[in-house]
Amino acid sequence: MLTVKSVHTYYGNIHALKGVSIHVRAGEMVALIGANGAGKSTLLNTICGLVKPGKGKVEFQGREITGLPPEEIVQKGIALVPEGRQIFPTLTVEANLEMGAFTHRRRRQQVREDMARMLERFPILGQRRQQLAGTLSGGEQQMLAISRALMSRPQLLVLDEPSMGLAPMIVKEIFAIIQELRMEGRTLLLIEQNARAALRIADRGYVLETGKVVLEGEGSQLLEHREVQRAYLGKGARQIWEA
Amino acid sequence: MPIWEPDKECMEAEQLQQLQLERLQATLNRVYRNVAFYQRCFKAIGFSPEVDLTDLRDLERLPFTTSKDISASYPYQMFAVPLREVVRIHSSSGTMTNPQVVGYTRQDLSVWSHLVARILTAGGVSRDDVIQITFAYGLMTGGLGIHYGAERIGASVLPTSVGRTDRQIKIMQDYRTTVLVSTPTYTLVMAERMEQLGVDRKTLSLKYCICAGEPWTAENRREIEERLFVKATDNYGVSEVMGPGVAGECLEQQGMHLQEDHFLMEIIDPGTGQVLPTGELGELVITTLSKEAFPVIRYRTGDLCRIIPEPCSCGRTLRRISRIQGRSDNVVIIKGVNIIPERVGDILEQIEGERPVYQLVATRHDYHDELEIWIEISPKLFFDKMREQRSLVDAIRYKVANIIGITPIIKLVEGGSLEREGDVVKLFVDRR
Repeated sequence: MLTVKSVHTYYGNIHALKGVSIHVRAGEMVALIGANGAGKSTLLNTICGLVKPGKGKVEFQGREITGLPPEEIVQKGIALVPEGRQIFPTLTVEANLEMGAFTHRRRRQQVREDMARMLERFPILGQRRQQLAGTLSGGEQQMLAISRALMSRPQLLVLDEPSMGLAPMIVKEIFAIIQELRMEGRTLLLIEQNARAALRIADRGYVLETGKVVLEGEGSQLLEHREVQRAYLGKGARQIWEA
Repeated sequence: MPIWEPDKECMEAEQLQQLQLERLQATLNRVYRNVAFYQRCFKAIGFSPEVDLTDLRDLERLPFTTSKDISASYPYQMFAVPLREVVRIHSSSGTMTNPQVVGYTRQDLSVWSHLVARILTAGGVSRDDVIQITFAYGLMTGGLGIHYGAERIGASVLPTSVGRTDRQIKIMQDYRTTVLVSTPTYTLVMAERMEQLGVDRKTLSLKYCICAGEPWTAENRREIEERLFVKATDNYGVSEVMGPGVAGECLEQQGMHLQEDHFLMEIIDPGTGQVLPTGELGELVITTLSKEAFPVIRYRTGDLCRIIPEPCSCGRTLRRISRIQGRSDNVVIIKGVNIIPERVGDILEQIEGERPVYQLVATRHDYHDELEIWIEISPKLFFDKMREQRSLVDAIRYKVANIIGITPIIKLVEGGSLEREGDVVKLFVDRR
């Protein structure tokens, strides 16, 4: 579904991605793991059109989308749940969801139905539909960010650090949602600082290091991988939501 | 017939190429960081994997790795992970030089067993089989390599290892072996011995024979199948690359599927090192795509074969390689043409129905090279009439010229007169 071929991305003089190739097949969940500054977010931003690659190619469903503006990429069917959620704090929950359906704004009926479905799916958002998004808790904001992305009816959902800054109990809940999305057969590309939890539910993963891919493999394989364990999983340290 | 990993073995070409590119980039990034030998090689030609590898074809810029390079790195210098990550070490016998030492991480062993499971499945093996492995267990890759793959499938494994033919035969009868894993030669040794012992081969449970470890001919296969009442498949492994499991034949018996999601293959002209167009005969060069402990980049296997690009009716999309046709060390170049002396023997065999005793001789007259084929006379080759004798020689010359591309001079010589090394006639003599 998504194919990234030898992409190079620069921030000014900084060579952030150095020939990165990855792919995501339909119905698959792929995790990107790596240390801070390895280029994970840059890769997502490059895919979503927020930064333009200097070299290389991004293809989505057989068509090249390299360098297209983000709104067109959303229209093609890729939705990003950005790092730090980036909801509109001064708008209501409903208005936030409407913004997510911006590309479908002429199809009022569809938007209404989708919104009803989201509010049903996340009852807590249903209860707070008229509340300003800025007043929601972190976990609720994350649910809002995910449902806002789903409002564009994406073929590929891209999640950037969905568990960041959330309490362990809430993280567990967010992962349950991601797992649900996966079971529904959605195609997901995920960055997660909690590599262990991500690899556990991912079909495949890529390990990035200083802007390059150094390992590729099935989620379970990478989870077992000693180099990965040492570098990213804090070998031996059990995570709280494993209990 | 079942396929072990259908999602991987039947991948579309485009998907496969993307996967190969991703894995090649990751492999080169790792060897550049972790293996001094490759870092030196890459730096010497100004190749930086992160900048210069954007397409699979870019690999062609890199130098080859030879078995000498690996010997020179004895024992661990070419390992790409620290020794504590290595859980298995194999090595070649290494008679005169240092042996080639190859390491495997836990992940490498897992991949290896899956790839062997693929080739065994392709050769007809299932969990219901009793499989007798007559390869050497030990430092060589053959025995343990096949063993782990067979266990992965869930077959009942008999690790009989090499030798003690009578015992092998007794085990085969009593334990109701259904699959024999063996070199073609040893398979025939066993068949011969069974004949001597008066074992009725029809009473055996044997169904399949997985042959590997040495080049063999279609004729050998026919003989094995007829004498043991089995279906025999061909397999290819290189210990420096992994061991068995690199490529294996399916029951169509039309060439060996190479595991292209884990190995990138190129066929080169052994003389010039140029990559040859698909389908031409040349030396097989392999780059590993998933190996962790011991990746090799453009490793010259020394084995001659060609790529069969046509799809196989078994459903696997992994391309096939032909039967190994000889060693590139034996290739001789006459008038700019690469000639494999064994191949000439195959041609002679086709014409005469049996393999004559022959020798290729390269000669030079006034800076002009000629290929001479000297053939020892046998009763079958000898005719009373001059005319018939001449037409046979013409037929040989014509056929050889047609296949290898240069017209040889055919000389019939007295039996036993060709230059020998021990008991074996030297296939090639250079008088240039």
